[in-house]
Amino acid sequence: MTTTMTIAEARDALKAKKLSARELTDAHLKAMAKTRALNAFVTETPERAKADADRADARIAKGEGRALEGIPLGIKDLFCTEGVLTTAGSHILDGFKPPYESTVSSKLWHAGAVMLGKLNMDEFAMGSSNMTSYHGPVKNPWRRRGANVELVPGGSSGGSAAAVAARSAMGATATDTGGSIRQPAAFTGTVGIKPTYGRCSRWGIVAFASSLDQAGPIARTVRDSAILLRAMSGHDPKDSTSADLPVPDFEAAVERGVKGLRIGIPKEYRIDGTPKEIEDLWQQGVAWLEDAGATPVEISLPHTKYALPVYYVIAPAEASSNLARYDGVRFGLRVPGKTLDEMYENTRAAGFGAEVKRRILIGTYVLSAGYYDAYYLRAQRVRALIARDFTQAFEKVDAILTPSTPSAAFAIGEKMDDPVAMYLNDVFTVTANLAGLPGISVPGALSGDGLPLGLQVIGKAFDEETVFAVGRAIEKAARFTAVPEGVA
Amino acid sequence: MSLDKATVRKVATLARIRVPDSDLDHLAKELSGVLGWIEQLNEVDVEGVAPMTSVAKMKLKMRDDVVTDGGAAEKVTANAPEGAHGFFVVPKVVE
Repeated sequence: MTTTMTIAEARDALKAKKLSARELTDAHLKAMAKTRALNAFVTETPERAKADADRADARIAKGEGRALEGIPLGIKDLFCTEGVLTTAGSHILDGFKPPYESTVSSKLWHAGAVMLGKLNMDEFAMGSSNMTSYHGPVKNPWRRRGANVELVPGGSSGGSAAAVAARSAMGATATDTGGSIRQPAAFTGTVGIKPTYGRCSRWGIVAFASSLDQAGPIARTVRDSAILLRAMSGHDPKDSTSADLPVPDFEAAVERGVKGLRIGIPKEYRIDGTPKEIEDLWQQGVAWLEDAGATPVEISLPHTKYALPVYYVIAPAEASSNLARYDGVRFGLRVPGKTLDEMYENTRAAGFGAEVKRRILIGTYVLSAGYYDAYYLRAQRVRALIARDFTQAFEKVDAILTPSTPSAAFAIGEKMDDPVAMYLNDVFTVTANLAGLPGISVPGALSGDGLPLGLQVIGKAFDEETVFAVGRAIEKAARFTAVPEGVA
Repeated sequence: MSLDKATVRKVATLARIRVPDSDLDHLAKELSGVLGWIEQLNEVDVEGVAPMTSVAKMKLKMRDDVVTDGGAAEKVTANAPEGAHGFFVVPKVVE
């Protein structure tokens, strides 16, 4: 069936005219309709998809196919798409149809990709379960063996991960501020890479925490994620923090191998209470890389335990500033009030969900007079120490191997009573955001009750190539072929 | 650090989010929980460490000070909940 092909396979079949872009798109639109109960898509754009596909076929016929010609993709609802509803999972952006296209999505269209629709997510990308979306939770296509409990796909890119796992999209855009690409990829048996900060333009992506946000792809193989990332990357004068560096041919790096590489194993990532099967998978990952010719090296990242608390000062602080723009004046929801201030307060009270409000309040508090030094400035100092830990480690190693998450996917509704318990989901991923480093999650094995578990590879800044090569070595050794029930 | 109701009310006003009195207790408890957890940062010796203010080691680029875009008032105001004649409309602010 065409929906189980990889992007690389589909690209070759399209080029060889063994398959038309229209057939490929129609198959995905069918899969999208069939898996609607997952609530992965918040907006479906079938007419646009068909028109994109027909145009792709015309180009292929003329021998003018581009890198992603005819490949159907889903777009996280955080990316502004011209004329297509963009809500960031929030009530406050009701009805917002951007008059412009984000740089990353426009690069994908210029590479010939087909847009299937917009994908569900935690509100403003704040969450690790997709439970905070105004459009309701996304269901993970995976279930525990022999159980009917509905599980979360992770978050915030939960719709992206669920659609790719359910084969209703060949790949998807996603964003990662503290783990929002890698954690859902791990929970759904997919591959997700957060590139180096600055690799992808943030222009046109609804801002959460600007010093941490980075776009990246979710796909089903390391090669596919390399193909997508190459198309998404590159300097953009409209984002002053986007890096003016050439974009390597990531796909060419995938099969580079790991012979001679030194792989850091950070002892601080052995955390009390981590399930044994996650520890075991990590050890297995070390053995796989050793077998492939790499050398494991024990390293220390001494400030690891402070990464989450640092994140929960810096991210809310930046969010409280970024989300000040939602005022009921320029776009989205407006709830009337007698005065301008009352209108702001009513609009924001009705428009934001509980988690977003919590983070805006924390951010406002840590930035307020009298607390700025004690919280915000201190967090920025500790962030510098976390980044320094990595700089020192990378003097000795080429890449770092860790688990992606401290557990497999949990049930919908779980961990909702205690914000801090939910935050701990990102314990292994958040460090890469704070230091601005690339990180990939690759499926490694199934848990005892049949759920996917991921391994994470963190690399040096702008060395995604090594990250892909190590990720591919894990993928090759893990031979992860399991699919969620109901997926052919 | 535990937050009292008055502080939560003040922060909510600064953030322009209306919070009903009945929610203040619950919010104060929740926010105190998160802030209490954050306070483990006080253990870290940050003496002489400069705050990290930029992620990538790069200099921000300067651009030419010229108009590159504009004249799109209609597009800019198209999403406004209320607009008129290419302007945003807000509740009356002058008595």
